[in-house]
Amino acid sequence: MLQTILFWIFAIIGIAGAIGLIFNKSAVYSALSLILNFFSLAGLYLSLSAEFLAAIQILVYAGAIMVLFLFVIMLLNVQDEQGVLKFDPRQGIAFLIGLAFIGEMLFVFKDFAGTSLSGSFAFGQVEAVGRELMTRYLFPFEMISVILIAALIGAIVVARKHSYH
Amino acid sequence: MSFLEPNAFSYLTVSVIMFALGIIGVMTRRNGIVVFMCIELMLNAVNLSLVAFSKMHHLNPLNPADPTTGATGSMLVFFVMCVAAAEAVVGLSVIIALFRNKLDIDINNVNIFKW
Repeated sequence: MLQTILFWIFAIIGIAGAIGLIFNKSAVYSALSLILNFFSLAGLYLSLSAEFLAAIQILVYAGAIMVLFLFVIMLLNVQDEQGVLKFDPRQGIAFLIGLAFIGEMLFVFKDFAGTSLSGSFAFGQVEAVGRELMTRYLFPFEMISVILIAALIGAIVVARKHSYH
Repeated sequence: MSFLEPNAFSYLTVSVIMFALGIIGVMTRRNGIVVFMCIELMLNAVNLSLVAFSKMHHLNPLNPADPTTGATGSMLVFFVMCVAAAEAVVGLSVIIALFRNKLDIDINNVNIFKW
């Protein structure tokens, strides 16, 4: 019952956030819609009893990454995009491709319609994730730190002001 | 009320719709930052389907009898999130470098590689 309520609330809010992302003229409103979508995804993770991922989703995505996006949007002072909701044949093709993708994937996934996910609604994922990270996935976990350092150095090198030329 | 009960197909449907909206956004929007946010949306849609599959299979390699704490699919989502964070940092720095050089992030005007 709790899973049903959580699913319907957060599925509708999440899809509304995604629609708001692609139909807002202003980049700031798009970013705020995406934050709404990320929060509702955290709610969906919670309804799948993945509470560790729900916390990480809010901390990393809705917290860190979207603050970075908003900083860059406000730093660059981008203009509102014209022609977002005006019909354009090329945009019509994009919508057709999106609808074809939805139909195709639903046809692939239709066999899962009988698979129930309403198991025990227990919270115990953090412990299991911690054990996995420190035992089986220890090497990938350490490699993540290398990737983050590489991304940090790369971002500084790419975005700095070049003094030569 | 039983038809409202979400099964695996419901979660996968939400995931597919979010991914398709990300595709539409990438193809229709021209603001570089918004295109980038649509890519983030697609990454998150895939994460949702991974969590749903993880819940479907209840995989816990340390204790197979334990049905509640399937962490194997969650590990994949965790690593996807880490790589997405690194990707966001590098992509935004590319956008800043683009803005420094052209004072514009409309991706229709970015054709300096065009021959």
